[in-house]
Amino acid sequence: MDNTANRWRTIDIVIASVLGVAFGVIFWAWGLLWNGPADAIPLPGRAVLYGVWLVPAVLGALIIRKPGAAFFTLTFAALVSVALGSSWGWTLVVQGPLEAAAAELAFAAFGYRSYRLPVALLAATLAGLAASIYDVFIWYPGTAWGSFRLPYILITAVSSLVVAGLGSVALTRALAGTGVLDRFPAGRERAAI
Amino acid sequence: MSGVELRGFGWRHAGRLRWAVRGVDLRIEAGERVLLLGASGAGKSTLLAALAGLLPEDSGEQEGTVEVDGLDPRKARERVGIVFQDPETQLVMARCGDDVAFGLENRGVPADEIWPRVDEALRRVGFPYHRDRPTAALSGGEQQRLALAGALALRPTLLLLDEPTANLDPAGATLVRRAVADALDADTTLILVEHRVAEALPLVDRVVVLEPGGGVRADGPPAAVFAAHGDALAAEGVWVPGRTVPPRRATAPAGEPLITADRLGLPPRLAPTDLAVRAGEALAVLGPNGAGKSTLALLLGGLLRPGTGTATATAALAGRDAGTPPHRWRAPALARRIGSVFQDPEHQFVTGTVFDELALGPRRTGRSEATVQTTVDALLDRLRLAKLAGANPYTLSGGEARRLSVATALATAPRLLICDEPTFGQDRRTWLELVDLFAELRDAGHGVVTVTHDPDFVAALADRTVTLERP
Amino acid sequence: MISIEPVAAPGAPLARRNPVAKLAAALVFSFILIATLDPVAPALAIAVELAVLPLFGIRYRVLARRAWPLLASAAGILVTLVLFAADRSGRVLLDAGPLLVTSGVLVTALGLVLRLLAVALPGMIVFATTDPTDLADALIQNAKAPARFALGALAAFRLVPLLGQEWQMISMARRARGVDAGRNPLGRLRLFVSTAFALLVGAIRRGTRLAVAMDARGFDASVPRTVARRQRFNTADGLLVVGAAVLAGAALTVSVLLGTFRPLIG
Ligand SMILES: Nc1ncnc2c1ncn2[C@@H]1O[C@H](COP(=O)(O)OP(=O)(O)OP(=O)(O)O)[C@@H](O)[C@H]1O
Ligand SMILES: Nc1ncnc2c1ncn2[C@@H]1O[C@H](COP(=O)(O)OP(=O)(O)OP(=O)(O)O)[C@@H](O)[C@H]1O
Ligand SMILES: [Mg+2]
Ligand SMILES: [Mg+2]
Repeated sequence: MDNTANRWRTIDIVIASVLGVAFGVIFWAWGLLWNGPADAIPLPGRAVLYGVWLVPAVLGALIIRKPGAAFFTLTFAALVSVALGSSWGWTLVVQGPLEAAAAELAFAAFGYRSYRLPVALLAATLAGLAASIYDVFIWYPGTAWGSFRLPYILITAVSSLVVAGLGSVALTRALAGTGVLDRFPAGRERAAI
Repeated sequence: MSGVELRGFGWRHAGRLRWAVRGVDLRIEAGERVLLLGASGAGKSTLLAALAGLLPEDSGEQEGTVEVDGLDPRKARERVGIVFQDPETQLVMARCGDDVAFGLENRGVPADEIWPRVDEALRRVGFPYHRDRPTAALSGGEQQRLALAGALALRPTLLLLDEPTANLDPAGATLVRRAVADALDADTTLILVEHRVAEALPLVDRVVVLEPGGGVRADGPPAAVFAAHGDALAAEGVWVPGRTVPPRRATAPAGEPLITADRLGLPPRLAPTDLAVRAGEALAVLGPNGAGKSTLALLLGGLLRPGTGTATATAALAGRDAGTPPHRWRAPALARRIGSVFQDPEHQFVTGTVFDELALGPRRTGRSEATVQTTVDALLDRLRLAKLAGANPYTLSGGEARRLSVATALATAPRLLICDEPTFGQDRRTWLELVDLFAELRDAGHGVVTVTHDPDFVAALADRTVTLERP
Repeated sequence: MISIEPVAAPGAPLARRNPVAKLAAALVFSFILIATLDPVAPALAIAVELAVLPLFGIRYRVLARRAWPLLASAAGILVTLVLFAADRSGRVLLDAGPLLVTSGVLVTALGLVLRLLAVALPGMIVFATTDPTDLADALIQNAKAPARFALGALAAFRLVPLLGQEWQMISMARRARGVDAGRNPLGRLRLFVSTAFALLVGAIRRGTRLAVAMDARGFDASVPRTVARRQRFNTADGLLVVGAAVLAGAALTVSVLLGTFRPLIG
C-alpha cells in the first residue's frame, strides 16, 4: 500500500473521534439505565458489558480502514468516558490504549489489507484477552485461578468475540445501509440506488 | 477577484446511480453576484461544494471541468469562503474567537496578525459579544453570523453561501443578509443559494436556475428570468417572487377545546404560557429563535414533563384519561391521540424502510394488518412517496424526509397534530402540498398546531396565532 | 445532563498550570500507586489528594458528586474478592458454606478499594480543572501531539452535549410514535439499542458535515499551521510533575517502613 492510501483524511480523523464521542455518550446513558449494578457484578454481567466496551476498536477499524484506526478510536473513547465520569475513572487511560493496541495488532498482522469477518473476530478476541488479563492482575489480584481468573478471561474473550467482533461487523453493515458511510470503503460495498 | 468557469460539469456521489448535477455550462465573472436556484434535489449544494473544492476525488465521479480562476478548485481553496446551511456543524471550536481564528491558523497566518484579523471579521458581521463567549451559548442567528465571520476572516475572493438563513427567525435572517451586504467588498464574487427568492434579490444582480435533470434552465438578470420563465419555474417548485398563494380559511367555526395549557412552562427554556387548542382550528406558534417554541410543542405533545403549570387534555381528546396529564400516558395511547412532528425529521425515524416507518404507529396502536396496509398506501400516494416505500428513511432528500415525518404523525389519525417547522427548507411544491394537507385535517375536525418562522405559511393557513417572547 | 465545562474556580494556583503538566503529574502519581496492594499507601495518597484539592479550586462537594460512580466499581472488587479470593488466611470472620470471609481477604479487598480511589481521583482533578481547548493546545505545543488528530478529536468532543440532547430527542420521538418499553426489561434493552443506533447514525452524519466544514477552512492545507493561543511549559509546571512523583513515592516509602508494603508482582 502506498502512502496516500494510508494517510488519514480529515473525515477519517473526525469520524473516528465522533465514534469515540458517541460511544462515550452511549456508555454514559447505559450507566444511567442500569445504574451501576451490571458494572458491579463481576460475573457474568461485567463480561457482557466488556464486549460493548470494545466495540469502538473493531468498529473504528472496519469503517476507517487505516493503520491506527482501532487504536485511535478506542483510546479516544476511553478518554471521553473518563472525562464524562466513568465508574473506573482515570484507570481507563492506561487500560483503553492497551486493549486498543491488542485489537490493532490483528489488523496489522494482515497488513491493513483485510477487514473481513475473521480478522474482526480475531481483533475483538485479542482486545478481550488483553482487557481481562489486565483486570485479573491489576484489579483482582489474590483471586483464585481455577474458580475466578480462567473463567473470567474466557468469558470476556467469548463476549468480545460475539459482541465486539460479530456486533461490529453487523453494525458496520447496518450503518452502511443508512448511507452515512458513503465516503468510506465500507459504505461503497453496498449496491447503488 | 475570482471568476468561475464550468464546462459540461457533472458529479455523481459514490453509491448513487443518478447524477446529482450534470451538463452545467456556466461562466461567472469576477465581482458578479449570483443567485443559484433550482428545485429541491437539483444539485445546488453539490455545485457549491464543487466550487469550494470540497468534493474529494474518492467520494464520487466527475464529468467535464470546473475551474476557479483557471485552477482546479481543490488547489484554489484559499480563495474561496463557504457558509453552509446548518450553523451548528460548521463551528469547530468552543469559543467564538477561537473559531474565527481556526481558519487563519490553518492557513499559516503569522500569530501576531491573527487576533487583529479575528476582531475585524467579527466587527464586519456586527457580532455583539466578546470573542471569549462559548459558541454553545449562541442563538441560531448568532451562530450563522459567526460562521460568516469565520469565512470572511480568510479574505476570500469568492464567497459561497448555501441557504444561510433557513433556520432563522425573520429578524435574524434580515441581520444575516445585512451582514452579508455590508461585509462584501466590491470585488468579491458571490454565489448564493436560497429558496426564498424575494428576500435574496437585493443582494444579487444575476439569477441562474439549475434544471433537475441536468444543465442550466435559465440565466440572466432577475427581472428578465422571472418574466420569461416565471410560470414554469413556479410550477416546478421555485419560489418566484410576486406570486401569492390563496389562503385556506377554515370552513367552519372552531369546535370544543382539545387541550389547554395553564401557565405551562419549563424554566429556563420556556416561560409560563396559557393557551387552548380547539378542534377544527389551526393555531400557529410564532416567536424569535430560542423563545421556547419547540419546548412548548414537546410539552403539549406529552413528551416532556412540565416544569411549571399543567397541560390538561379534555375528554374530547383523551376520553377516560382526561384526568392524567399527557406526559404520563402510555406511548401507544399518546400516539393515538396526539401526533408530533419534530423540528429535525431525522430524529423521528425508527425503522429501516419508509413503509415500516409509516406502519409502525398503526401497528403499535393495535390496528389490524389490513387497516395498516390501506392507511400506509393512502399516505404514500398522497405525499408522493410511493416510489420510495422500500428506501431507508435516512437516505431521503431533505424535502422527502420532511414529508415522511409529517406522514408518520398522520398515520395514527390523531385528533391533535403538533408540527415543528413543517415548511423550512421546502421548495414551493412541497409547501403547497403541506398547506393543503393541514387545511383538510382542520376542516375534518382535527386540531392543528404549527410552530413556524414562515409568514407566508401563517398567512395561508393559521386561524389564530400565539407569539412567544424569549424567557 | 452531560457537561464538558471545567467545574473548578479558574484562578486557583494549581488549576492554572499547563494542562500537559497536570496530565503528567496525575499519570505519575497514579501509576506509582498501582505498584502496591496494601491499604496504607493508597490511604496516604487519598489524604494527599484531598489536601491539595483546594489548591486546584475544587470544592469537596463537587468532587463527591463526580466520584460516586466509583463506588460501584469498588463494590464489584469487594464482592469478587469475597467470593473468589485464593488466599483465605487470617482470622475467620464469617463461615457460611462456600462463603468463607477471613481478615486476610478483607485487608486485601480494602487495599484494592482504596487503591481504586487513590488512582482514580487525580484524573478526576485534571478533567475538572482543564478546558478541553487548552488541553488540545498544550498537547500539540508541549507534548508534540499530531495537530490534526488533536484538533479533530477536540472538534468531535464539542459534540458531547449536543449528542446528550439528541439522545433525549430520539427518546421523545420514539414515545411520540407509540414506542415505549413498558415494564419489560427486554423491551428496555431493545429500546436502548435502537436509540443508540439512531444516535450513532446522527453523530456520523454530523461528523461528516463537520469534517467538510473544517476542510473548507483549510484544515487539510499543506502549509504549516500557526498557533493563535500560546501554551507555555515553565519551571512551575515541571515542579508540579516532580512534586507528584515525590508525594507518591513518599506514600510508598511510609508503607515500606511500616512493613505493610505488598508489591503487585511477586
Ligand atoms: N453525500 C451525498 N451522497 C449521496 N448522494 C447525495 C449526497 N449529497 C447529495 N446527494 C444527492 O444528490 C442530489 C442533489 O443534492 P443537493 O444537496 O445538491 O440538492 P440541492 O439542490 O441542494 O437540494 P435542496 O434544495 O433540497 O438543498 C440529491 O438527489 C441528493 O440525494
Ligand atoms: N435539551 C435542552 N436542554 C437545555 N436547554 C435547551 C434544550 N433545548 C433547548 N434549550 C434551550 O431552551 C431555549 C428554548 O429552546 P427552543 O428550542 O424551545 O426554542 P425555539 O423557540 O424552538 O427556537 P428555534 O426557533 O431556534 O427553533 C433555548 O435557549 C435553547 O438553547
Ligand atoms: Mg442544498
Ligand atoms: Mg425550535
